[in-house]
Amino acid sequence: MTVDHRAPPPPSGPVPWNKEFALKLLADMVRIRRMEEKSAELYGAGKIRGFLHLYIGEEATAVGALHALNAEDNVVATYREHGHALVRGMSMKAIMAEMFGKQEGCARGRGGSMHLFDAKTRLFGGNAIVGGGLPLATGLGLAAKMQDERRITACFFGDGAVAEGAFHESLNLAALWQLPVLFCCENNLFGMGTAIERAESQTDLCVKAASYNMPAIRVDGMDIVAVHETTQQAVQRVHAGEGPIFVEYQTYRFRAHSMFDAELYRQKAEVEEWKARGPIHTYTARLKAAGTLTEDEFLAIDVAADAEVAAAVAFAEAGSWEPVEDMLGDVMSPAGSAP
Amino acid sequence: MSRKLSYREAMREAMHEALSNDPRVFLMGEDVGRYGGTYAFSKGFLDEFGPERIRDTPLSELGFVGAGIGAALGGLRPIVEVMTVNFSLLALDQIVNSAALYRHMSGGQFSVPLVIRMTTGAGRQLAAQHSHSLEGWYAHIPGIKVLAPATIEDARGMLAPALADPDPVVIFEHAGLFNVEDELGDDWDVDIASAKVRRSGKDVAIITYGGSLPKALAAAETLAADGIEAEVLDLRVLRPLDNAAIAAVIAKCHRAVVVDENWKSGGMAAEVVARIMEQAFFELDAPVARVCSEEVPIPYAKHLEEAALPQPEKIVKAVKEMLG
Repeated sequence: MTVDHRAPPPPSGPVPWNKEFALKLLADMVRIRRMEEKSAELYGAGKIRGFLHLYIGEEATAVGALHALNAEDNVVATYREHGHALVRGMSMKAIMAEMFGKQEGCARGRGGSMHLFDAKTRLFGGNAIVGGGLPLATGLGLAAKMQDERRITACFFGDGAVAEGAFHESLNLAALWQLPVLFCCENNLFGMGTAIERAESQTDLCVKAASYNMPAIRVDGMDIVAVHETTQQAVQRVHAGEGPIFVEYQTYRFRAHSMFDAELYRQKAEVEEWKARGPIHTYTARLKAAGTLTEDEFLAIDVAADAEVAAAVAFAEAGSWEPVEDMLGDVMSPAGSAP
Repeated sequence: MSRKLSYREAMREAMHEALSNDPRVFLMGEDVGRYGGTYAFSKGFLDEFGPERIRDTPLSELGFVGAGIGAALGGLRPIVEVMTVNFSLLALDQIVNSAALYRHMSGGQFSVPLVIRMTTGAGRQLAAQHSHSLEGWYAHIPGIKVLAPATIEDARGMLAPALADPDPVVIFEHAGLFNVEDELGDDWDVDIASAKVRRSGKDVAIITYGGSLPKALAAAETLAADGIEAEVLDLRVLRPLDNAAIAAVIAKCHRAVVVDENWKSGGMAAEVVARIMEQAFFELDAPVARVCSEEVPIPYAKHLEEAALPQPEKIVKAVKEMLG
């Protein structure tokens, strides 16, 4: 099966939101972009190590989708999750310190870039096993349903995860038991360096999801308006007890898979074409065209994001290393603690 | 007052009690509901507790074990029954990469209070794919506790503390024990931390667990007839190992044979022997011996299967060779 990698026309059209909300979403995309750019720089400087997977280019998906959730909802994410953590409400300082490996990080520096966790905002990781989060999300949905809690679980994963057994087992269970889970597939056309048509016999991912007897919706992941509106409708249906829903966000990462990737597997022209429909500048243009955003307001958002990044980096720099003698702590719970 | 109970009945009672006492507890796995449990451990539960809490799953070990982890993170206390250790290999990613790691990797934010039960062991002519003993693999992993109830008391008593534990607990139940009966008193409070001496002796320590315990006790009886008094230590908890109990039997007997159904290479017995060397080397009067499974896929034919597994005769032979 062939897949057209060429980018569709850039997102356009009116933005149906009030100014405050419209600019909030813009600001969140810019915050992610600036944080990620700085992270790449810090990786080069040796401050951040290990694997680092940047979300640059895909911002509209996390921002649009996560703003459709409620505070009590659960989020399960992948190893490309800095943006999700930030939008969900984790402080950039805690994220940056974690990537530095400092104990002021959200996971005390034990997890790093791929394992951001936050009990307060109900972010259950940061999972670096492709597909590993899907069964967990299914179980979180089961717990909510069995305890009559009004919360859904949004589970983010990439197109690569669709080839894993965990995807199929989880969608089957969630649909069989009618669990309140929103399966959010971020289809960026590549599982690391393998293009989707080289990995999937059926490249229409909605067909796969629909085969598990759940609604499957495809949306332009570069269009934050479409992402948010579509996700919001899906969230409402899941909240209403209609069972799980699958949403495929068609997106594209502008940077390499990780910092070790020479990008031998895709054409520069293809990347440039997708960049032309980048989620931030196309959205900015739409807001300006509608008179919702001035250049000064955009600059203010950008300056604020830069300041937040600078403060986060300073915080991480000033952070401390967990003492080695504490290393074994939390392998198991402290003796005598109740679950 | 004591009463006679089978291992199966003891385990069933333990689950019944847990389901009755805590609404957060539920049982999930293949054929736990309408079928009544592959080994009839949950017979009648579906009618009593309903399909929400006695949850039949499709054949999706990775999916439903992972769902058990998620349910535990979400506030429930799942008992996930994986039919046998053989099929748990399909779920290993979720157990090793999620359940075991989450607390540490999240900086202490997320514990996984999950109990996974599975049948283990050979001895019923089920051939190579249904006869594994991989406790040693699981005991290798930091972040989980590994239990091996071998007695009626432990079958009845270990589940409650396992469910009360904030961390993931894997329980191995040897299929050869299910029909074993024994007297059970009124008090079955047991810990999930210590090994226990099941037979007292002074000449040699036989260190074992699970399905090999009855074989070790039978060997000890045979040896007693020849005037050799064997002490039998039931490890009970395979992770974390009770180092002090292991050192104590060595200090007492100065000789040891370690018995289990794992293959020798990298198996549970290998770890026990290493602990003995580290802690009690100068107490030893002879090299420690192992009686484990032969390094072969467990064969179907009865005579071959028996030859491949630890047997009381092999234990007796190992002890006698050691004592010269």
